[in-house]
Amino acid sequence: MFRNVAELVGLAEKHQVKIAEIMIRQEVEISGLTREDVLSKMDGNLTVMEKAVERGLNGVKSRTGLTGGDAVLLQNYIKSGKALSGPLLLDAVSKAVATNEVNAAMGIICATPTAGSAGVVPGTLFAVKNQLNPSREEMVEFLFTAAAFGFVVANNASISGAAGGCQAEVGSAAGMAAASIVEMAGGTPQQAAEAMAITLKNMLGLVCDPVAGLVEVPCVKRNAMGASNALTAADMALAGITSRIPCDEVISAMYAIGQTMPSALRETGEGGLAATPTGRRLEAEIFGEPKAKLKDYLV
Amino acid sequence: MKYRSAFDIIGPVMIGPSSSHTAGAARIGRVARTLFEKQPKKVKISLYGSFASTYKGHGTDLALVAGLLDFDTFDERIPKSLEIAKELGMEVTFQTEKAVPEHPNTVKLNLFDEHNEMEIIGISIGGGTIEITEINSFKLKLSGDPAILVIHRDRFGIISSVTSVLAKNEINIGHMEVARKEKGEMAIMVIEVDQKIEDEVIEELKALCNVTRVIRMVE
Repeated sequence: MFRNVAELVGLAEKHQVKIAEIMIRQEVEISGLTREDVLSKMDGNLTVMEKAVERGLNGVKSRTGLTGGDAVLLQNYIKSGKALSGPLLLDAVSKAVATNEVNAAMGIICATPTAGSAGVVPGTLFAVKNQLNPSREEMVEFLFTAAAFGFVVANNASISGAAGGCQAEVGSAAGMAAASIVEMAGGTPQQAAEAMAITLKNMLGLVCDPVAGLVEVPCVKRNAMGASNALTAADMALAGITSRIPCDEVISAMYAIGQTMPSALRETGEGGLAATPTGRRLEAEIFGEPKAKLKDYLV
Repeated sequence: MKYRSAFDIIGPVMIGPSSSHTAGAARIGRVARTLFEKQPKKVKISLYGSFASTYKGHGTDLALVAGLLDFDTFDERIPKSLEIAKELGMEVTFQTEKAVPEHPNTVKLNLFDEHNEMEIIGISIGGGTIEITEINSFKLKLSGDPAILVIHRDRFGIISSVTSVLAKNEINIGHMEVARKEKGEMAIMVIEVDQKIEDEVIEELKALCNVTRVIRMVE
């Protein structure tokens, strides 16, 4: 079993296989399931992601009305041909947004690695798909590569906003996506690790400050930026750029930063954007009174 | 390692909006129900830390109750769980606690029916993964992996009787811990296993001297 990124890359290099393959083999060993079952389970998750993107692109609204409909705006804008940052990047962004809008609307999604950060991996996958034309198997592999890197972060740092801030959620998701994009585009395991490091470095310190404690503002737009960060870092790694700080050390730094982050900025809805005048006003409108004063209630 | 499977990272498939505060909460509720071995008549839910400050926004309350009703994380009835609980005659009360817990996402569940009561503390550690950290004041660690819980009298030889039954049935133990409050009194064994445990094995364990209860935990 690999414990860090260096070991993961080492295993892939030693056996001359993709990172996805290392994750699949480990899963077979740990779960006791057959290889076929493991692959088909992930295929099922891929289908859930596909449906969530599709549903979000048709337009959804959350129960509070705070989020929904932005994925549609972006798709229309891409079609107008006026987009400055390139259609693939914006497609990824819109699909990441679509997924999180469905999540906020209490729809069905696949947590990757969490629900609040569920948009980044599928968003980038279904965007690069149009250019790289992967087989269904390769799309499933994309998710195993993401799982392998997420596995290392989860065990060595955190993937919980309450424990480590948004860097642990959208940051981890973006790093996982970047590594998977590199692998799907034909990059080496080491290049995948570089992409993960470059992405995560630029997510360090990101706080978790959801308005009214809801996974809506700013979570949906953070997924958008996570997707664009992942694509940029993947391209950088594929261009041959390396991270001066090794991936495992970036993950350790993320953990240390999370440990020193005040509780108000770790998914309590007490600090950051949640504590802005507008954040507080929205909270009062949604709940009738600020949540901090919410009385115990009886069902 | 806290996380063991690729599906802890890519998964669970769930009703939004939060893996820790919605899906994880549903799982804690469901494990609590399994431990209670039936649907409780009354549940007192105490929320701590981030659970206490953001439960309404994340639907943590809906999810915990959904779990207690035996709903999975992707059950589309989750948003309606409070109404369903009322219809089914399960009385639920919530309270938020000021005490700062060891883990920010902590919940204490007190389950009751006419004859039994049980206190369970669970934490949601991220991505929908959970741990049960306390049952009736016994400190332990139950992660939601296939496991059995044996409640027994604290006597010599009991551990070896239990493990012999497992060995005889070719069941491998991945992790095991034993907790007791006082010497010679009630004790708990948590045994995580690699294989599926058949009903006959559970019955065999229940028949052992000094074993009071055996509970099977399945994902």
